[in-house]
Amino acid sequence: MASNETIANVRETFWGNLSIVRKVRENPAMQGLTLMSPSLVYLIIFMILPMILVIILSFLTRGPYGDIVYRVNVENYIRLVDPLYLRILGYSLSTATFTTILTILVGYPLAYYIARVPARQRSTLLFLILVPFWTNFIIRIYAWIMILRTEGFLNSFLINIGIIQVPLNILYTPTAVLIGMVYEFLPFMVLPLYTSLEKVEISQLEAAADLGARPWRAFLRITLPLSVPGMIAGSILVFIPAMGMFVVPDLMGGAKTILIGNMIRNQFLVSRDWPFGAAASMLLLILTLAFTLVYTRRAGFGEELLV
Amino acid sequence: MAEYVVEMKNVVKKFPTPEGGEVTAVDHVSLQIQHGEFFSLLGPSGCGKTTSLRMIAGFEWPTQGEVLINGVKMGRTPPYLRPVNTVFQNFALFQHMTVYQNVAFGLEMEKLPRAEIDRRVKAALEMVQLAGMDKRKPKQLSGGQQQRVALARALVKRPAVLLLDEPLGALDLKLRKEMQLELKALQMQVGITFIYVTHDQEEALTMSDRIAVMDRGKVLQIGTPVEIYERPNCRFVADFIGETNFLHGRVKELNGDKVVVTINGLERELIGWRQGDLTVGQSVVVSVRPEKIHLADHQMLNQNCLPGKVTAVAYIGSDTRVNVDVGHGCQIKVWEQNKLSTLDPRAYYSQQQDIWLTLLPENCLVLAE
Repeated sequence: MASNETIANVRETFWGNLSIVRKVRENPAMQGLTLMSPSLVYLIIFMILPMILVIILSFLTRGPYGDIVYRVNVENYIRLVDPLYLRILGYSLSTATFTTILTILVGYPLAYYIARVPARQRSTLLFLILVPFWTNFIIRIYAWIMILRTEGFLNSFLINIGIIQVPLNILYTPTAVLIGMVYEFLPFMVLPLYTSLEKVEISQLEAAADLGARPWRAFLRITLPLSVPGMIAGSILVFIPAMGMFVVPDLMGGAKTILIGNMIRNQFLVSRDWPFGAAASMLLLILTLAFTLVYTRRAGFGEELLV
Repeated sequence: MAEYVVEMKNVVKKFPTPEGGEVTAVDHVSLQIQHGEFFSLLGPSGCGKTTSLRMIAGFEWPTQGEVLINGVKMGRTPPYLRPVNTVFQNFALFQHMTVYQNVAFGLEMEKLPRAEIDRRVKAALEMVQLAGMDKRKPKQLSGGQQQRVALARALVKRPAVLLLDEPLGALDLKLRKEMQLELKALQMQVGITFIYVTHDQEEALTMSDRIAVMDRGKVLQIGTPVEIYERPNCRFVADFIGETNFLHGRVKELNGDKVVVTINGLERELIGWRQGDLTVGQSVVVSVRPEKIHLADHQMLNQNCLPGKVTAVAYIGSDTRVNVDVGHGCQIKVWEQNKLSTLDPRAYYSQQQDIWLTLLPENCLVLAE
C-alpha cells in the first residue's frame, strides 16, 4: 500500500513539474482546449482542410481533359453569374424554403401531439419517428417512386375508389421533389419542436385559461412563442441540408428538376469541371450561411427566448 | 346577490387509475363559502383539497354533484368563462413575458382599452409592492417577488373568488411567515373571497376565517380556527391540528355532555367532554392538548389526576416540554410556559422526577376511536 502511494506521489511530482501539464491544469482555457481536442483534430483534418482545398480549387482552371490547371483566376465565379445558374440557385432556395415551411406545418401538430401524450407512449412515438432511419435513404425514395408513379399505388387507389379517372402525374415533377424532401427532413423538424413543446408546462396553459384565454388564444400567446426556439433549430436542421440535396431531385424530379446540389454533383462527377464545381459549392456555402444568419437574427435567436 | 359566493353540493370526483380502476379523490363534499371570507381547505396530501379547488376553477369537472359560483351552476363551464382566478402552487408565470405583460395578460383577454389595462396593471403592481419591476422577466425575480406577480396577475382581474393552491409552499419558512400576514392584510384590503388550499395547519389557523379539514376525499369538520382546535369533532382532526395526547379507554358512564372514561391499563377514570355520539362500553380516545395539562409534585384534585415519572425535559426558551410516563408505556407530552425569569434549577423539571398530572375535565375531549 505504502509503496503504491509513494509511486503515485513520485509520478504526480514528475508530471506536475512538467511545465505544459501545469499550464493545462491551471488554465481553464487550456482545459477546455484539452477536452475539445479530439473533435478539433477531427474537424481540422476532415472539414477545415478539405474546405481550404475547395476554396483554392475554385480559383483554378479546368484543363482540356478534366484535369486541373494551376492558373489562378476568378473565371469560375464570373461563370456562375449566368441566368441559367441563377435560376437553379433561385429554384434551390425556394425548394429549401418550401420544404422548411412544409415540415413546420406537417411536423408541428405531430410534435405537439407527442409532447402531450402520457410519458410512456411518448417514447414509443419518438422511437417510431426514428424508425425510417433504419432503412437506407435511397430505398425509401424508391418506395416513394413506387407509390407516386403513374401506375403506382396512389394512382391505382384513387382510380379504384373513383376519385379520379386519369392517373395523376406527380412523379418527376417539382411536387414529387417537395414530397420527397418533406418526407426526408420531417424528423429533423419534429424532434427539436417536440423538445421545446414538451417544456411548455400544462400549468402555464391552465394559467392562461384561468385568466380568460380561450384555447386558441392560449396557443398563440403561450405555446407558440415558447416553441419558437425549437422551430428555429428545426428550420436550420432542415434548410441547410435541403439546400444541398441532390438525391431526391435526381430520383424523384427526373431530369427536369435541377437543384444546386445536382449541379455541383454534375460538375464534379459528370462534366469533370472541378474548379467550377468548387466555385458553385462556395456560393452554396455562403448563401446558406447568410440565410441562416439572417433568419436566426430575425427570429431573435440571440435574445434567449427561453430565459 | 347569491347567498354564497361558492357552493359545493355533494361533489364527487373520481379519476381513472392506470391499472384500469377508479380512485375517488373527492367524496361527497358539500361546502358553503360566504362573501369576503378567507376559507381554507386543510388536509394532508392526497386528501382531495387541490382537486376540490380545481373543480371550482374549472380545470376538473365533478363526476357527481354541483359547483355553484354566485348561485350559478357551473356544470362544464370552462375556466376562461368562470369569475374566479387562481394563484398556482408553482406560480405558473409566463416565463417569456415581462412582469407587466404577465399582469396585463388577463385584462387583454377581456379586450379592455389599453389605457385602462395600463392603469389597472400599475395599480396592481403597486398593491403587491412591485412598482418599478414591470420590465423584468420572472426568472430575474426572487421567489417572494414571483409570488407577488402571481397574486397581482390574478387580483387585477377583480375575481369574485381568488383560489390559492398552496401558494406559499415554494417559499422558505421566514418568507412564508411574512407572506401569511401580508396575504391576510391584502385580503382584508381588497375584500375578495379567498379559498386557500394548504397542508400547513399553522398557516390555516393564522389566516383563515373558517377552515374545512379534509382527509381521504371527505370533509371532516368545518369551523373557525378556534372551533377546529378546541373542539375537534373526530380523532383525525384532533391529531392533525396542533399536537395532542391520546389516552385510550372505554366509556363507563354517560352524564349529559360529561363522560366517565376508564383508561386502558391504568385502572383510573377520567372525566371528559363528550364529542359526538357515544354509548356506554364504547372504545374511545381522550384527547388532551399538551399545553392544557398542569404539572405538580402532589395530587391536586380527587379526580382527573395521573401520577407519572418525567422521562425527558426539553427547555426551548418560551416553553419547557416535558414527557411523562404514566405507566403501561403511555407517554404524555406536557408543555409549560416559562412565565418566571429565573436560573433556579428548582423551578424546572428533572429526569426521573415523580410528578402528578392534572387534566381538567373541560380539557379532556372524548372522541370515538
